[in-house]
Amino acid sequence: MTSYGSYRQLRLSPQRTGVSKALAKDSPLWRLDWILLLAALTLSLGSSLLVWSATRGRDSLTHGDPQYFLYRHLTNVVVGLVLCAVVIGIGSRRFRTLVPFVYVAVILLLMATLSPIGSTINGAHSWIQLGGGFSVQPAEFAKLGIVLAMAVVLSDQVDAGERAFPSHRAVFRGLIWACLPMGLVLLMPDAGSVMVMSAIVLGILLGSGAANRWVLGLLVLGTAGSLAVWKFGLLSKYQIDRFAAFANPQLDPSGVGYNTAQARIAIGSGGLTGKGLFHGTQTIGQFVPEQQTDFVFTVAGEELGFVGALAIILLVGVVLWRACRIARQATDLYGTIVAAGVIAWLSFQAFENIGMCLGIMPVAGIPLPFVSYGGSSMFAVWMAIGLLQAVRSQRPIAA
Amino acid sequence: MSNIPETGRTRRVTIRLVVLQILVLSLLATLGGRLWYLQIRNASVYTAKATGNHIREVVEPAVRGEILDASGRILAGNETRLVVSVSRTSLLQQKDGGKAALTRLADVLGMPAKDVQEKVRLCDAKTPQPCWNGSPYQPIPVTKEATTQQAMQIMERREDFPGITAQPTAVRRYTGAEGANMAQVLGYLSPVTDDEVSKTADKTGLDRYLPADQIGRAGLESVYDRDLRGTAGVTKLEVDNLGRVIGTAGTVAPQTGNNLVTSIDARVQKVVEDNLAQAMNDARNTFDKVTNRNYEADSGAAVVMDVHTGRIVAMASAPTYDPNLWVGGISGKDYQSLTSKDSNFPLLNRAIQGQSAPGSTFKVVSTTAAVQAGYSLDGRYDCPKSMTIGGREFKNFESENFGAISLEKALEVSCDTVFYGLAYDQWMKDGGIKPKKDPGDWFFKTAHEFGLGAKTGIDLPAEVPGRVPDRQWKQSFYDNNKDAWCAQAQKGGNSFSDQIARENCVDGYQMRAGDAVNFAIGQGDTLVTPVQMARIYSALANGGTFYRPTVAKAVISPGGDLVREIAPHEDAKFPGDQKLLGYIDQATAGVITSGTAAWKFAGAGWPQGKIELHAKTGTAEVEGKQTTSWLTTYSKDYAVVMTISQGGTGSGGSGDAIRRIYQALYGVDDKGNVDNGKALLPAPQAELPKFNPDGTAIIKPAAYTVEDPSGPADPGVTGGSPRVFLDPAPPAGPATPLLTAAGAALEPLRGAGRGRA
Repeated sequence: MTSYGSYRQLRLSPQRTGVSKALAKDSPLWRLDWILLLAALTLSLGSSLLVWSATRGRDSLTHGDPQYFLYRHLTNVVVGLVLCAVVIGIGSRRFRTLVPFVYVAVILLLMATLSPIGSTINGAHSWIQLGGGFSVQPAEFAKLGIVLAMAVVLSDQVDAGERAFPSHRAVFRGLIWACLPMGLVLLMPDAGSVMVMSAIVLGILLGSGAANRWVLGLLVLGTAGSLAVWKFGLLSKYQIDRFAAFANPQLDPSGVGYNTAQARIAIGSGGLTGKGLFHGTQTIGQFVPEQQTDFVFTVAGEELGFVGALAIILLVGVVLWRACRIARQATDLYGTIVAAGVIAWLSFQAFENIGMCLGIMPVAGIPLPFVSYGGSSMFAVWMAIGLLQAVRSQRPIAA
Repeated sequence: MSNIPETGRTRRVTIRLVVLQILVLSLLATLGGRLWYLQIRNASVYTAKATGNHIREVVEPAVRGEILDASGRILAGNETRLVVSVSRTSLLQQKDGGKAALTRLADVLGMPAKDVQEKVRLCDAKTPQPCWNGSPYQPIPVTKEATTQQAMQIMERREDFPGITAQPTAVRRYTGAEGANMAQVLGYLSPVTDDEVSKTADKTGLDRYLPADQIGRAGLESVYDRDLRGTAGVTKLEVDNLGRVIGTAGTVAPQTGNNLVTSIDARVQKVVEDNLAQAMNDARNTFDKVTNRNYEADSGAAVVMDVHTGRIVAMASAPTYDPNLWVGGISGKDYQSLTSKDSNFPLLNRAIQGQSAPGSTFKVVSTTAAVQAGYSLDGRYDCPKSMTIGGREFKNFESENFGAISLEKALEVSCDTVFYGLAYDQWMKDGGIKPKKDPGDWFFKTAHEFGLGAKTGIDLPAEVPGRVPDRQWKQSFYDNNKDAWCAQAQKGGNSFSDQIARENCVDGYQMRAGDAVNFAIGQGDTLVTPVQMARIYSALANGGTFYRPTVAKAVISPGGDLVREIAPHEDAKFPGDQKLLGYIDQATAGVITSGTAAWKFAGAGWPQGKIELHAKTGTAEVEGKQTTSWLTTYSKDYAVVMTISQGGTGSGGSGDAIRRIYQALYGVDDKGNVDNGKALLPAPQAELPKFNPDGTAIIKPAAYTVEDPSGPADPGVTGGSPRVFLDPAPPAGPATPLLTAAGAALEPLRGAGRGRA
């Protein structure tokens, strides 16, 4: 290493080749958080096996091609990586100026979804069919839009050095920007995504340094709202039972209760090391519904056992740990808020999804970041990784 | 890090980020903890649930092992029937749900298509019979009696009959080998009930009953069920969430059950059954002077036992029935006819379940008891016409007066008054009506020592113990009946039974003189079974060893290897000495030559000089019925016991029958000539049958092992006492290994199953 270093020192800077430029200490590649990237990539590539295992026997979905979902999933990962690279290439500062356009695009997409262009899958009018078997779920990108819009609004005055913390006015404006897409998603209705967005808003308020009363106020509002729904019978008994079936499958034995019971059997029967990839009896027998998307974690639990399932949780943990580090080391409040929003997004979504598979959270149609099959979700989370990397690339080389 | 120039962080934001980090960490920790709880702590629960989810078992019943006689003749075997069954699983995979295939099948079988479709539909609350109420994954039998031609049509055009099979299936068959019926000894099978299946669901191996199992319910089929049943084959099908079969998780082929070799000789069995029936028939044509009508002979039993081992050579019970009625499920009408009161219960094996007072056949016990109590064998005892004991007159049978005679003579001529006197003497010594604290009770004690009042432990189910009416029994009987007696006494009637009730109400627990003396001649409340008497007389024949009676000799694998031998088991020893045994031997031989049975044996041409027989007759009185006939006999090889309910006297009822049984065993004709060539079984079959490589037995008559048992071939044998013959192994035996099955094990070509199955 030292000989190579001294060799490099002999060179004059203007004549550096492409390769050595890329390897140079001040190059964008050195500035990337490789641990974050590798953890997210391992999740995405590893999950292709789980998606494959979950779908290779489902002829009604695969049109007879057992590898159909494997290839599609890998394609999604590649596209996600490209989007990630594009975001990094644009850079944090420049992207900040593009946020209004991104936000408007997201709102237009959401409105298009609600218009007759959109289509209904699993009871929610939250898809836009693109033809050729491709479709978009704009709610996934709306999460990105909320993170960016709130980051811009809340950090504006602080980064300009005018204030130490976001003003009440700024917070209020930020919440308005967040509420617009949330309202549109609620109309679809996609309550699960709204829950994730609420978590994102909470994370952003925490990370932005907004006054405690905002954070507490939002928590109180959420709790009061839930209680009101419960107490005043805004939901039918059937809906409440469905919601509570995660804890007691007997409440809805043929619907959600059956799903969660089967998911739990799949995971529990995996034991320490699992039944082996492609050998899960619950998976082969298709006892768990939506197993390549919402319940993909059960494939890992059954076929790879405690070891494999814990590895997924740990990899998600690594991603979040690196994201926290990026939030702490960001050079401006905008970067911190973006990172905090992404942390809240990914952590809540992972907890809700895995918790639902494990029977400690109610069932909601929320994908597991990087793992679940689904293009929109995959693209959105990889763009989030791009944002994190861009924020990190902002800071001085010395770090 | 400290010199980062520009940062968006203030102190508040830093703290908030730490909070966020802790929040994230705790969420992940929660997931990890829950994961551990499900996958490590409760893994077994969920593994069981997952298995229950996706595995369905299809059971293929095993071929049941055969029951063989001592020479390897099949007593209970299997016959092949062609069963056509339909697999629902593959029907459902066909486009029209199998409708076309079922219609073609109905055509071939000559059944209406509707019938076939109804047979293969699943039972539920709305579906009436016929329907299939077994597992939907189990092939459903459409007919169990397809012809070969129909089976060929189905199997040759497989493509026309998807999911339909015609397979030869083994069904139990009681062969009636050599004409022997043996219904009660063999027993029968019936299918397991749903209850039994669910009760044993969590057990494994033979403890677990599978839905298609047939279980032995009586006789040898029941006692040796675990040996005979074999292990059913199980195919584990993997199914998906809709119950569609998606694969096979393993197949265990069915294992044929082991074969059971018994000590029964089918030919002797046939002779015994015929003679029992003949004796009962003769009795029904004999006039009973006491009741002024012919004897009823309602039921009877006979046992032939190998005296050296306690093994049963033949066991008959009348009335009897056709055991094949049970095959393939008994019809309601047949079942009714076997169990109704009019049937006189042919399912009962009266050799082990029929009990009655033994009459004078009990006197061998009384004689032993008297000697035990200290009366000399050389003494003389008065045998008057009658005796008055406790105010009642006890008469000698046919009121004969023999004067002072020896115990041996008393046994030979069956003098009741000698035993009355001895029993009364003992009763007085024990304190009479107010017994001593520790009474001698020699007669009761000796009866227990002879194994009376207890099950013999024979390998047949539901044996009854009989009864020794000793002081203990008296007391418990009194405790149970006191209230009824006293209630009857209260009414103040004056019939005989009312008087008895009055007496019993006051002191029914007392051992009265009448009870004691009645017991000494085998009358009164005493009850014995034929197999108990066969066991006792076998011991007298073999020098004083009581063996546990057994029917089964060995368990043999389907390939002919010995799995386990059921060895003779010595239970107890004769309580007296050899001198007493000699006396009894002499006295019972005297019964043949000059005593109560002489007119049926020595007087009917039995060659006592060549083949010595011993006998004791018994005529037991039963209140309200005709007398029970008992005849207990033995030779040096066999004890033969016959009893006929309401059959008259011992010798009159069974004498001819038992003589003819011995004639058949030893090849004796009516003139007393002995022809070994005609002897069915001059010595008990000591060896196990030999087996072919395919597991079938090589049947050779037992007689070949003994060249000439009565001939003077070996002076050492004939010169000594007759007991030299008691060695169970025939002279040629020792060189031949007893376990002939081991020889078959060396055969490389031995197949696993039976060819005939």
